[in-house]
Amino acid sequence: MADPLAGLYQELILEHAKLRAGEGEIEPFDAERHLKNPTCGDEVTVRVRLAGDGDEARVDALGWVGQGCSISQASASVLAEQAPGLTVAAVRERIEAMRELLRSRGAVEPDEALLGDAVAFAGVAKFPMRVKCAMLAWVALEEALAELDG
Amino acid sequence: MTTATETALTEERVQQLRADFPILAEQPGGVPLVYLDSGATSQQPRQVLEAEWAFRTQHNAAVHRGAHTLAALATDDYELARERIARFVGARPTEISWTMNATDALNSVALSLAEANRAHADGAGAVDPTLRIRPGDEILVTEAEHHANLLPWQRLATETGATLRWVEVDDEGVWTTDALLALITERTRVVAIAHVSNVTGQIADVPAVVAAAHEAGALVVLDACQSVPHRPVDFRALGVDAAAFSSHKMLGPGGIGVLYLTEALGEALPPARVGGSMITTVTMTEHEFLPAPQKFEAGTQPVASIVGLAAAVDYLEAVGMPAIEAHEVALGERLAAGAAAIDGVRLVGPRLGAERAGLASVIVDGVHAHDAGQLLDAHGIAARVGHHCAQPLHRRLGTAATTRASAYLYTTEDEVDRFLDVLSGVRAYFGVA
Repeated sequence: MADPLAGLYQELILEHAKLRAGEGEIEPFDAERHLKNPTCGDEVTVRVRLAGDGDEARVDALGWVGQGCSISQASASVLAEQAPGLTVAAVRERIEAMRELLRSRGAVEPDEALLGDAVAFAGVAKFPMRVKCAMLAWVALEEALAELDG
Repeated sequence: MTTATETALTEERVQQLRADFPILAEQPGGVPLVYLDSGATSQQPRQVLEAEWAFRTQHNAAVHRGAHTLAALATDDYELARERIARFVGARPTEISWTMNATDALNSVALSLAEANRAHADGAGAVDPTLRIRPGDEILVTEAEHHANLLPWQRLATETGATLRWVEVDDEGVWTTDALLALITERTRVVAIAHVSNVTGQIADVPAVVAAAHEAGALVVLDACQSVPHRPVDFRALGVDAAAFSSHKMLGPGGIGVLYLTEALGEALPPARVGGSMITTVTMTEHEFLPAPQKFEAGTQPVASIVGLAAAVDYLEAVGMPAIEAHEVALGERLAAGAAAIDGVRLVGPRLGAERAGLASVIVDGVHAHDAGQLLDAHGIAARVGHHCAQPLHRRLGTAATTRASAYLYTTEDEVDRFLDVLSGVRAYFGVA
């Protein structure tokens, strides 16, 4: 039969859920954020280390530990592959694009040039109950970076 | 509807009943609905919706005030509902008060106990000795409790200086009566337990707990959310001092819960909330309360919902609680046996053959419950995934979340089998089998 979940679980998502790229606690780190999704118990702690200052600041390394559904774990894995090397501004742009895509209920065309492998999560947009799962690590990174601003 | 029988409902009878529930014919995901989440909230039959509609369109008025005819009709409906619900659980009408939901009812008991002890500490009057909780006293719960029957006691312990104790569960999430009884001492002031666990389906031996608790001078508070809707329950026969259950889990509307307090406890406990509709005399500095149950019902109650709950009770009684229980126990056994037979699926709760209510929770090896639930949903199966408001229990089980199927009088064997069929394919779908 056809996939009853209409592409929610892309192969790439299931692969990343097992791959768990970037899993682990990096040392040293500049900021750390722990987030939970209380409805399902998903948890992630993201640590980020920056290099450079001001507009030149880049993500030097990102590590995460967590547990949860395949969507939340895969999205942390994809994030950990993508973030290192990007400027802080570019990371924020990508997080915002991801949020817009996932909250669109399918109305926004995924920007593959900007999001890369993360477009695999486009199917999540049709499952509003799962958007928080897919955004968990990304929001944790966003909030960790915001702490550094303060 | 026919009269109650002692045997389980026939397939034909269940199909008749299903026709009373409009939502069961819906296809929310474009596929026929298999509703296996009645443990979270049940569906409402036409009879309940019509009773609410009739009240709203024919008798709606403020109760227990005003002198007009409509107010009298509304008050009659309201108090008749109390009588019907009291009879349903083996209580007197004066022992039944309305709350927002069962969580509110359990909070109300804990807050009232805190208030009684606070007033005592303030010298505002000696507390009834049955309510006294001193530093070093103990409040006893189980590790399997729903948060609604845990957090109020955590806070009461903090406020009174008492120690919260709990009986631990085993690897399957089950606690034993013997272990719980061993924790009851002369320091125990309150024992708060669920009659039926919302996660494991374990059924507590309430009379044994009550006997030991009362021997020690402790109150027994029963979370009856998963028992009253599903099996005959008689609070007086059980001997508990307080109990809570919720309308939306027993075919009734949301927004209304029920608190049972024995006459003695209802008289002794101060109300958690004060205000309108619960006083005899008020001056600018003082007040005198009405007796229970009005004492515990400050403010306007959701009367139409209460009338709906009474209609739900009528519906359940007409079907027959023993027959509903037999039907659900059979479905619970089918669920448990079927789930336990699937490779890579771990059944939690009582072992096969042991007593269990009409529900089963499982852990699918290598697949998070949220993912399992998503695949079930794609097949129209509404099961509950998550921690079911019982995080300590899940922590003990070594998982953040389980997948639960829970049955009710309208659940069919075929629905259970469809759940088991999809469940058996979960690991293959996610590539872990």
